[in-house]
Amino acid sequence: MLEIRGLDVHYGGVHALRGLSLTVAAGEVVALLGNNGAGKTTTLSAVSGLLRPSGGSILFEGADITREPPHRITARGLVHVPEGRRVFSALTVHENLQLGGYLVRDQAEIRRRIERVYDLLPRLAERRRQRGGTLSGGEQQMLAIGRALVTGPRLLLLDEPSMGLAPLVVASVMELVAGINAEGTSVLLVEQNAVAALRVAHRGYVIENGACVLDGPAAGLREDARVVEAYLGGV
Amino acid sequence: MTQLVWNGLFVGSFYALVALGYSMVYGIIKLLNFAHGDLYMLGAFTGFAVLGAAGGVTSAAALPLLLAVLLATMVITGLAGVVLERVAYRPLRGAPRLSLLITAVGASFALEYGTRAVAGADPRVYPVRLGGTPLEVLGARLTLQQLVLTAVAVVLMIGLNLLVTRTREGRAMRAIALDPRTSALMGVDVNAVISRTFFLGSALAGAAGVMAGAYYGKIDFLMGFLIGLKAFTAAVIGGIGNIPGTMLGGLLLGLLESFGTFWLGGEWRDVFAFGVLILFLTVRPTGLLGERVTERV
Repeated sequence: MLEIRGLDVHYGGVHALRGLSLTVAAGEVVALLGNNGAGKTTTLSAVSGLLRPSGGSILFEGADITREPPHRITARGLVHVPEGRRVFSALTVHENLQLGGYLVRDQAEIRRRIERVYDLLPRLAERRRQRGGTLSGGEQQMLAIGRALVTGPRLLLLDEPSMGLAPLVVASVMELVAGINAEGTSVLLVEQNAVAALRVAHRGYVIENGACVLDGPAAGLREDARVVEAYLGGV
Repeated sequence: MTQLVWNGLFVGSFYALVALGYSMVYGIIKLLNFAHGDLYMLGAFTGFAVLGAAGGVTSAAALPLLLAVLLATMVITGLAGVVLERVAYRPLRGAPRLSLLITAVGASFALEYGTRAVAGADPRVYPVRLGGTPLEVLGARLTLQQLVLTAVAVVLMIGLNLLVTRTREGRAMRAIALDPRTSALMGVDVNAVISRTFFLGSALAGAAGVMAGAYYGKIDFLMGFLIGLKAFTAAVIGGIGNIPGTMLGGLLLGLLESFGTFWLGGEWRDVFAFGVLILFLTVRPTGLLGERVTERV
């Protein structure tokens, strides 16, 4: 479904990605793990068109999207939920969700999708008239994911959805991710919280200094001594 | 007294129309478009040219014709604004703010002296003049034409406000103002929406230009300079980037000038207006209705 081949990204003088390759198959949840500055967010930004790669290619459902602008990539059903949630703070919860439906011409279809998000996340329904910026961190994360769902994604890119959230909230976010996946949407999940991510993921990649150093099924990675040592807080 | 209020509201509605474009553009790309007043001037000249092509007007048919010219001018100045953004501002997106600001000043001079090169330096007399018999309303003298112009301004402002608060396009504009990158991730074509914002803002300035030409009767290539600054003042008073605030700011500035002129004399009018600007920038830089949303993290 998504195929990244030999991706290079330069930020000014920094070589942020060095020939990174990874794939996401239809129906999968794939975890992308690594330390701060390893290149996780850069990878997602390059896929969603926010950053222009300097080399390599990105294929989505067989089409080359390496140099497409972000709004076209979203239109293809590849939707990026950025780091730090990025809720539109001065817009209401409802307006945030409506923006997710920006590319959907059929008003009834937008309403149907928003209602589905409200069913899935009743807290948002209670706060539909509140401004996005007044929500708690967990609610903002739910809104960011809910907004992406209204676009009708086939592949979701989630950047650190657990960041800054209490453990219980992290669990409910991961439950939401698993639920979305169960309904057929593939997910590429970037996380520092490797424990939480490997619980919902089927497979995982570990990146360091802009390249993959390890990959395999999630169960295997959970046991892998190197992962345990580096990310799972083992000895 | 009523006369002062009426004069203030009338001039204020011009200010508000011009200030809206200022405010919208600032809201969406954080650019103080100093060439905005010159789009107002361009509107006055475009209206002049269109009226001239229509072959002068008798005062009987003046009003309906003027409205048609208004519409045509709005389209033309709107497109001029789109070209301005495409040529002068878009290549500098992401450049330091100061570069954009200086470019805006350059664009302003280019429009002013470009117009002088084409239309000449001498003031032109507008081929249609809205005189009309004054009516007495609550002790104020006002003309039907003034009423119609104010009504047109109010309709345009209400229309704009509905567009921004109720429609998909308006939502996209507000979203870009807050966070252009995330807007793009929602599938919004950010450049296209910015273009359309310039179109709307410039069209409103163009409309104000035609109305001013028809009302004051005389236009020249520097007429946009002062009103550009006044519109900026109006936007700051109301809260730059905030649409209802900007409308309020325009009307308030008109009223302040009207009363200030009455109390202090006409020569103090601009001193008064810009004194208010300085006061607001010092005491309440977010304006009357501008606000900062407190964000929980």
